[in-house]
Amino acid sequence: MSTSNISRRNFLRTTGISGAALCLGFMFSSSTEDADVINTGAADPSEIELNAWIKIDASGKVTLVDHRAEMGQGSYQSVPQILAEELEVNLKDVNIIFAQGNKEKYGNQITGGSSTIRGSYKNLLKLGATARVMLTAAAAAKWKVPVTECYAEAGHIIHRPSSKRFHYGELVNDAAKLEAPKDIVLKPKSAYKLIRQPLHRQDTPLKTNGVAGFGLDKKLPGMLYATVERNPRLRGKVKSYDDSAALKVPGVKKVFKVQMGVFKTFREGVAIVADSTWAAMQGKKALKVDWDDTGFDHVNTADIYISLEEKLKVEEGLILKKQGDPETAISIAAKKLDIIYQTPYQSHSAMEPVNCVAHYQGDKVEIWGPIQAPEWVQEYIAGQLGWAKENVIVNMTFLGGGFGRKAFMDYPHEATMISKEMGAPVQVVWTREDDATQGPYRPGFSYRCQGAIENGNITALKFRMAGQNNDHWRDGPSNKANRSTSEGFLKPYYDSIKNISFAEVVFETPIPTMWWRSVYASTNGFAYESFLDEMAHAAGKDPLDLRRQYLTDQRSQKLIDKMEEVSGWKNKRNNEGYGTAITECFSSTVGQVVKVSKNADGRLKIDHVWAVMDCGWYVNPDIVKAQVEGAILMGLGAATIHEITFKDGLVEQRNFYDYKMPRITDMPPIDVFIMENDEDAGGVGEPGLPAFAPALTNAIFDLTGKRIRKLPFDLTKV
Amino acid sequence: MISLNVNQKNYRVDADPNMPLLWVIRDIIGLTGTKYGCGVAQCGACTVHLNDEAVRSCVTKVSRAEGQKIVTIEGLSKENDHPAQIAWNEENVPQCGYCHSGQIMSAAVLLRENPNPTDEDIDAAMAGNICRCGTYLRIRKAIHLAAELQRKGSASK
Repeated sequence: MSTSNISRRNFLRTTGISGAALCLGFMFSSSTEDADVINTGAADPSEIELNAWIKIDASGKVTLVDHRAEMGQGSYQSVPQILAEELEVNLKDVNIIFAQGNKEKYGNQITGGSSTIRGSYKNLLKLGATARVMLTAAAAAKWKVPVTECYAEAGHIIHRPSSKRFHYGELVNDAAKLEAPKDIVLKPKSAYKLIRQPLHRQDTPLKTNGVAGFGLDKKLPGMLYATVERNPRLRGKVKSYDDSAALKVPGVKKVFKVQMGVFKTFREGVAIVADSTWAAMQGKKALKVDWDDTGFDHVNTADIYISLEEKLKVEEGLILKKQGDPETAISIAAKKLDIIYQTPYQSHSAMEPVNCVAHYQGDKVEIWGPIQAPEWVQEYIAGQLGWAKENVIVNMTFLGGGFGRKAFMDYPHEATMISKEMGAPVQVVWTREDDATQGPYRPGFSYRCQGAIENGNITALKFRMAGQNNDHWRDGPSNKANRSTSEGFLKPYYDSIKNISFAEVVFETPIPTMWWRSVYASTNGFAYESFLDEMAHAAGKDPLDLRRQYLTDQRSQKLIDKMEEVSGWKNKRNNEGYGTAITECFSSTVGQVVKVSKNADGRLKIDHVWAVMDCGWYVNPDIVKAQVEGAILMGLGAATIHEITFKDGLVEQRNFYDYKMPRITDMPPIDVFIMENDEDAGGVGEPGLPAFAPALTNAIFDLTGKRIRKLPFDLTKV
Repeated sequence: MISLNVNQKNYRVDADPNMPLLWVIRDIIGLTGTKYGCGVAQCGACTVHLNDEAVRSCVTKVSRAEGQKIVTIEGLSKENDHPAQIAWNEENVPQCGYCHSGQIMSAAVLLRENPNPTDEDIDAAMAGNICRCGTYLRIRKAIHLAAELQRKGSASK
């Protein structure tokens, strides 16, 4: 049966939840952008599987579901804030719960690509509105009045002429028997009461009194604690191990070999299971393992970048995009630039180290953890065990940061296998050292950027990116260019610059790599926006004016105007350096201006950061601002403080003393501005990051004439 | 058996005297608001009060805390209403929230010792607490607000 056939049908019946409840869900087609709302209480589960974002029981209690991970970016607030807007309920009156992993019910739950709002807001609005319309119709029928005389407000339907009112709980039984209406009219933006308001997040109180339950906080009766000693060279097998000392540690119960799936490969380790986290950690220290990593190169960071640069000299790479003829334009140009930029490997280093609880129960396994991709975990583990998906139950806790790392399936798989061996619920705790030394990491890249200038105008841009492709590592080598080679680069440039090409120079190592906040834009942005700054200077142009010249679309022009206005770009004084960068990431564009100067002692300081975010439609301006502030600090750390390096195949950093984090003393003043327009929603959690590093290094060039082309660099030594 | 007083409650725990207070609080007593971040006193996520002073519980042996007064985030106030907690809510400080038990416990000691801290005082007192989400601007703002709330509160008493 085709999806379109199903979605044209409506279904009616009262559901069984809490006696009486109205449950509405989506009918997902291949695209979740615009799904039909249906009354899920009525569905025949053998025909279609459905879900419920909104539940209202007879007492009037409203429960709203957050189907995405909450890792700081605010889905726990934003998703309900959208639903509540059209449903007409106060957020303080609703109960918010996390969905379990279930692709059929919730569609795509992978919390990545800054996709929670941009991927589902239209459906969420429709869902809230549909419930409201059904409740209104039920009230009108009870009162025997025209529906047009009724309206919804704060969890009640009110009959305007008589001021009679029902709370939603009194209507839910009748409403649940109605068909979900097809043609729902959504509120105009001007009528929003909740959306666009900087409402306090519903999870904040839980995060100031210790109540919020993170993965590491999950406790089950009889739960054991495990650590795992994994191959320090990231790949390979256990040759042998000596557990005699580990087993003598009080509290250690068992030591055994365990395998964890890392996409299509497996990594081996030795698990130490104990009655407390501390005992498991002591057991791990006492364990001796002999590793077999035959076949895997013992990589060194210096060699990686030498190889990347050599390849960039001679290889054209796999072309992702090419317009015009950049080679010829460059060869005949009067002025040309040819520059290499370099960005480091990075660890996600969320404050909550990787961890997971699994309870294997013979024919099913239940998992709790800080998980970004619950439906992936469900599918993957079911596949590994050869089970039906329904027998793998995946619960998301609050995540103490994720940044991409917790979209991996390795740690829930490992926890499942350890619980299976123990026949008991087990929490697997990665030490900070495990978290830092085991990856996966953001891959390091080198970029070769070439450009041509004629009469002060850019006539060609040729970009080559060399480094590990996250997808190559996951799916094996491919002969297609990394789709993300041009990520970060603004599309309007294609209209104004005739000759442009992007190519990926393929490079492999045994190092596992994974998305890291803003993914490829986090490194591409540095190369491409540094290069445009160099092109501006070579062309004798003001760097912001150069963007204005080539980003001719209205949206970009407005963004640039705003950047100029808020930063005082034109009012630069002596002894101040101003730098700018504009990057696109997950359908949002962020322009930043950084101002730097030197202290009396000659040390560089970041005086101010202005960030202008164009994310189109948005929910909560305070969350948008918070995300940009945080992304800037994360960008600052990756640009100036920390990097992951390898020596003889081993990661050289172990904990926050050598993989240092930015601290409160490193935080520059930041002002964030949000563009108001009628565009579709773009991403929010990640797009604030990529523009910061190039805006900073461009500002440093402006102040000092020193060009920084390799990250990270030491701010104190500029 | 080791006797502990946590949040004005007495506990007798059967633990290795070398076990850090962090793991006793989390795994044995079952109060999970205090967080593990690094295990080596680098990040401050595990900050608790030991005899009213902020300590890193991940490197404090439980034997050192025997018979002493321990306060965790759960015991800082009854109604989530310590001035720092009120201010943290007012300024929308947390993102992922994992570090904020420790941040608030550090801030509470600062606010007691210095009722009117400057930005520099705040930076000095809070530099031991890492926030990977980058909420530092808001932490600073919240501490100023908490100081104000505290002054008003003590004035009205």
